[in-house]
Amino acid sequence: MRKLLAIWSGKLLTVAGRLIGKKSSSSPGEYALRIYPKLVADLRKHIKKGIIVTCGTNGKTTTNNLLCSALEAKGYKVICNRLGANMLNGVATTYLQAANLLGDFEADYACLEIDEAYTRIVFDYIKPDVMVITNLFRDQLDRYGEIDITTAILKEAIAKVPGMKLVLNADDPLCVRFKEETGKALFYGISEKVLEQLDDTKEGRFCPMCGAQMGFKYYHYSQLGDFECKKCGFKRPRPDVEVKNVSLKSPMSFTVNGRPMKINYKGFYNIYNLIAVYAAMEALGESTKDFASLLGNYKPQIGRMQEFAFKKPVILSLSKNPAGFNQAIATVNTDDRKKDVIIAINDLANDGRDVSWLWDVDFDKIYNENLNTLTTTGIRMWDISLRFKYSDVKVDYMEASMKKAVKTALESDSEVVYVLVNYTALYPTEAVLNELLKEGRYNAD
Amino acid sequence: MRINILHLYPDLLNLYGDKGNIECLRKRLLWRGIDARVITHTCDDRDFDLSDTDIVFVGGGSDREQKIVCTRLLEHKRQLKEYVEDNGVLTAVCGGYQLLGRYYKLEDETIEGLGILDIYTEQGKGRLIGNIVLEADFINQKIVGFENHGGRTYIGSHKPLGKVLYGNGNADNAGAEGVLYKNVVATYLHGPLFPKNPKLCDYVLTNALKRKYPEFKELSPLDDELENIANGYIVNRFLNK
Repeated sequence: MRKLLAIWSGKLLTVAGRLIGKKSSSSPGEYALRIYPKLVADLRKHIKKGIIVTCGTNGKTTTNNLLCSALEAKGYKVICNRLGANMLNGVATTYLQAANLLGDFEADYACLEIDEAYTRIVFDYIKPDVMVITNLFRDQLDRYGEIDITTAILKEAIAKVPGMKLVLNADDPLCVRFKEETGKALFYGISEKVLEQLDDTKEGRFCPMCGAQMGFKYYHYSQLGDFECKKCGFKRPRPDVEVKNVSLKSPMSFTVNGRPMKINYKGFYNIYNLIAVYAAMEALGESTKDFASLLGNYKPQIGRMQEFAFKKPVILSLSKNPAGFNQAIATVNTDDRKKDVIIAINDLANDGRDVSWLWDVDFDKIYNENLNTLTTTGIRMWDISLRFKYSDVKVDYMEASMKKAVKTALESDSEVVYVLVNYTALYPTEAVLNELLKEGRYNAD
Repeated sequence: MRINILHLYPDLLNLYGDKGNIECLRKRLLWRGIDARVITHTCDDRDFDLSDTDIVFVGGGSDREQKIVCTRLLEHKRQLKEYVEDNGVLTAVCGGYQLLGRYYKLEDETIEGLGILDIYTEQGKGRLIGNIVLEADFINQKIVGFENHGGRTYIGSHKPLGKVLYGNGNADNAGAEGVLYKNVVATYLHGPLFPKNPKLCDYVLTNALKRKYPEFKELSPLDDELENIANGYIVNRFLNK
């Protein structure tokens, strides 16, 4: 009875939340869990084929949603925490939104993105069949602590689910090490040098097994690459799902296990998101023969190099940590058009209150001959501006109002505008862009 | 004029944007027409020679990395101590600050420190995390930054870097933060430390220049409008709530 009460209250809250225009992706679940803490424990009963959990610092929302889309394209019924609410309350919200008023529902698969720090709690209730770990980067030190702590939590979580299949990024030594916990894993990776070799902050240069400094044949970015520890022999495994022949020109193309693939998403890192899904499908025993066509219907979540169609395109990109920002900047730089760039940095709880990470991003790389103007905004506008000052990059405008910043860029003689934001700046920026589209002043003729 | 900056173990102690501290020291010299050279000492380097060094910087790292650094640094304990006693300029942030003390007592082990400062650190319950504002009596600008540490540092009779106006400091509600000893500035503050605290950065640079060039008087002013706004923003946000 408590369970039904929890579901009803949660559903009621969802409806009420939507009426006042909230996303309601975690608070209904939070409330429902307070009434019935074991709400999600019987998830397994409702899922016919499998539960897949996706973790990792970057790419988990995209990977999880892509996997959901691919499974749906095969005709399966899938439940998914699509909005990226990835703590226990987000999972509970997904559950109660799927359930009918009798607390019942049935689906083939559950695709759940879970925050690394919450895996050990979530795995007390939910025993996944497959766990994907995308990568581990330095992220919001004030919330998560150091990578060592995240690693310890993930190990503990994995130990709670004997028999779970791991799908791991073969290029990330910090992921590969989790094979030790289960003895086997399915690996995916990119087996050739693609990008310019950056000297960015590399957390994983030291062997996770023995602590010695590792050698790299090449890096993709951060500590991702072809690594080998000369001291203990720990090295990049041969990927089961292997990418080669990469071309980053739009549309990106590459081969997966020899099969050619073309995609319309921008960004090298999206190759990882795609092959993580490919590998997860293999782990589930689903056919990957028609993989390319499965992704035709996928719509990126907001802020994943999302294009807004003004008279010139405005592209919105969310990054939350140094690895993400470096990748966003690399992606901006593959676009040769004359561009205005706006960067918004906030420091609210969901961003991480500590902004020292700004100095670990190679922001100066944003400066090249195609850059028209650079604008800083957000709560920590002064910090990001200082970051540029000490890299000798001129900031053209420091503008507290995102709307004014975007308008100025739309009125300039550039060909494209990029808006790079961190987490809490995302939704307000999206709202501003939609508002401007509605106003119509800057729309295409 | 030239200042040589020695960055200790940037490969291991680089947790909190310490690159920004080095860039700030370097740029604020170059902008004044003073030559600046940054030398890094990594865990692959064996030679350790401070005779040509004007500023030593040591940053913060994870506990694991800090332990590796400590065993390395202990080999150079005598040189570092002599350097500091000879008014050598040294800035230590976070983990680097803890290493300067006698020891850092963790839950299950004790890491021996360099003993350059008569202080010690003990791991406490939970971490002290958040923005922090200090008042220092040797510069006319408040010091702002971010603290994130599990260790509580007890500084005995040492003079603290500043009085805590907002935040925790050396320990839970300690009231005092960091240590100022001879030409050593040791602190938990990152953010990084120097870019938003230009007066503190210039204090460190002035000490280094005076030590190397006894005839040196003072640094020429820079346009610090942006730095001062960034500093003032934090002060106002947390003190005038």
